[in-house]
Amino acid sequence: MNTSITLPRRHNKLWDKIKRQKALILMSVPFLVHIIIFKYVPIWGWLMAFQNYWPGKGLFQQTWVGFENFRLLFKDVVFYQVLRNTLAMSIIKLVMGTVASIALALAINEVRAVKFKKTAQTISYLPHFISWVVAANLVRDALSTDGGIINQVLMSLRIIKEPIMFLGIPKMFWWIIGISHVWKEVGWGAIIYLAAIAGIDPALYEAAVIDGAGRLKQMWYITLPSIRPTISILLIMNMGYLMSSGFEQQYLLQNGRVIDYARVFAIYELDYGIKMMRYSFATAVGIFKSVVSLILVFAANQIAKRWGQEGLM
Amino acid sequence: MNRIHYKGLGDTIIDIVVYVSLIFLIIVTLYPFLNTLAVSFNDALDSSRGGIYLWPRKFSLYNYKSLLDRKQIFHASLVSVGRTVLSTLFCTFSTAMVAYTISRKDFVLRKLVSFIYVLTMYIDGGLVPTYFLIRSLGLTNNFWVYVLPGLVSAFNLIVVRTYINGLPDSLTESARVDGAGEFLIFWKIVLPLCKPVLATIALFVAVDNWNAWFDTFLYNSANAQLSTLQYELMKVLQSANTMTGSLLQALSRAAAGTSNTITPRAIRATMTVIVTVPIVIVYPFLQKYFVHGLTLGGVKE
Repeated sequence: MNTSITLPRRHNKLWDKIKRQKALILMSVPFLVHIIIFKYVPIWGWLMAFQNYWPGKGLFQQTWVGFENFRLLFKDVVFYQVLRNTLAMSIIKLVMGTVASIALALAINEVRAVKFKKTAQTISYLPHFISWVVAANLVRDALSTDGGIINQVLMSLRIIKEPIMFLGIPKMFWWIIGISHVWKEVGWGAIIYLAAIAGIDPALYEAAVIDGAGRLKQMWYITLPSIRPTISILLIMNMGYLMSSGFEQQYLLQNGRVIDYARVFAIYELDYGIKMMRYSFATAVGIFKSVVSLILVFAANQIAKRWGQEGLM
Repeated sequence: MNRIHYKGLGDTIIDIVVYVSLIFLIIVTLYPFLNTLAVSFNDALDSSRGGIYLWPRKFSLYNYKSLLDRKQIFHASLVSVGRTVLSTLFCTFSTAMVAYTISRKDFVLRKLVSFIYVLTMYIDGGLVPTYFLIRSLGLTNNFWVYVLPGLVSAFNLIVVRTYINGLPDSLTESARVDGAGEFLIFWKIVLPLCKPVLATIALFVAVDNWNAWFDTFLYNSANAQLSTLQYELMKVLQSANTMTGSLLQALSRAAAGTSNTITPRAIRATMTVIVTVPIVIVYPFLQKYFVHGLTLGGVKE
């Protein structure tokens, strides 16, 4: 009996609230529509993966082919190459980037000359803000056989006799990606570890000193264990992004000679999908990548939560 | 941090290792930039003899003159500046406005709006469906494709919302009692209070827009009038060390009648400097705000 009375009243209340909050609704709903169009409507386009899509016809006038595009995808040798490249470069970047950033944070933390510390930090962040187009230019110049600094240094140290064409060696591509990633992002990555180090209780160091621990021992027994939660949470969260090993970096540094080691998902979508007008196939590639990424992100979140840390969601 | 120091041999070794590795990092980070700068100010033909490190050997402004004389480059820089300024203004304002609405605890659509934005951090429609959407909206070969799609991002929204939530309620409460409308409260009270956080996201949006080239490549490459500086640089980079690019050909033709020469390397270096200088100019501001922004971003619901 109660419900039959309260329901209409509640409804009125809601209606009143909506009327009262007209301004707030007007301030947010246009943007809600905007985000739905630009972020959710493309998901509707996933239907294309189950068709033999040809532009010019509507989405529902296309021929439906079921899972044919996925069957082609899983049969394609190039797909497995792309998967291998993506995972390899992701892992290389993650491991090298993490180790380098932690090392940099530890080093910066050991510097007591304030000016030098500030300068080192300022300079180390700078490359994060330049585009990959610029960075790729710099990397190409540094690695060039025609007076590139790396070859120059190696030759003057007599490690090599003649210039090496680093960017032309397939086996080296992953490592060039890893090292150039470290070059660009090490300073930026160190910020979060420096913040974690700043939060360590100074009393711990004082106690260690009394016990006779030198700086190396303090680093090993206090600093590193104290930032371990930060390290593990960042590693786990980054597991969620294993399927996106970056795109610009690979696209801008690759060339025909190393493409078999450089091709990541976005390049695959471009070269084997869009450029060949196999739109449905490219969509299937995109779906595979999105779905696996989503699973990885949620798995990473679950693991992170189980570790007693707050997840992203 | 006040640490009591125990000076021993081990500690001296640590000092040496730390300083040497940091100085190495500084050199490795700066050298490519300084080398590029030197090459850009050096005579192109002279540079190809090699041996340019930190300082130009045969100083010349011809590289800059020939590039800045090109209408294509001049126009591309206008487009780059235009997209950066407009995106920054629109993004910052829109993000602040939506963030304000979802910071209001009693707002009916609070949960819905937050959820729809947060979910976009996890899902991705993919390259092809997004391309077809942009095309069917008439945004290909259109300047607004640089501004419209990325108007409000979930990450920025969370950052600003967190900041607004941290403001004392009393600030807006009195205005509400006085009968001020929501938009007025947002415009007159909340927006000015959010200056630090808005500066942070504005700088990030500006850098992202300045650095973007893939949207030009994907959506606007058919229209030279809509090209951006990064895209022009990317094209020069892709044509690598050959003279095949149209810009390279045009530049070498222009140089042919004069005593000057132009080489792909010189063009790349000069373009790189032109593209990087604005970032270096805003860098002190960026640095002031980004640590702040990062820590804010870490604060979750």
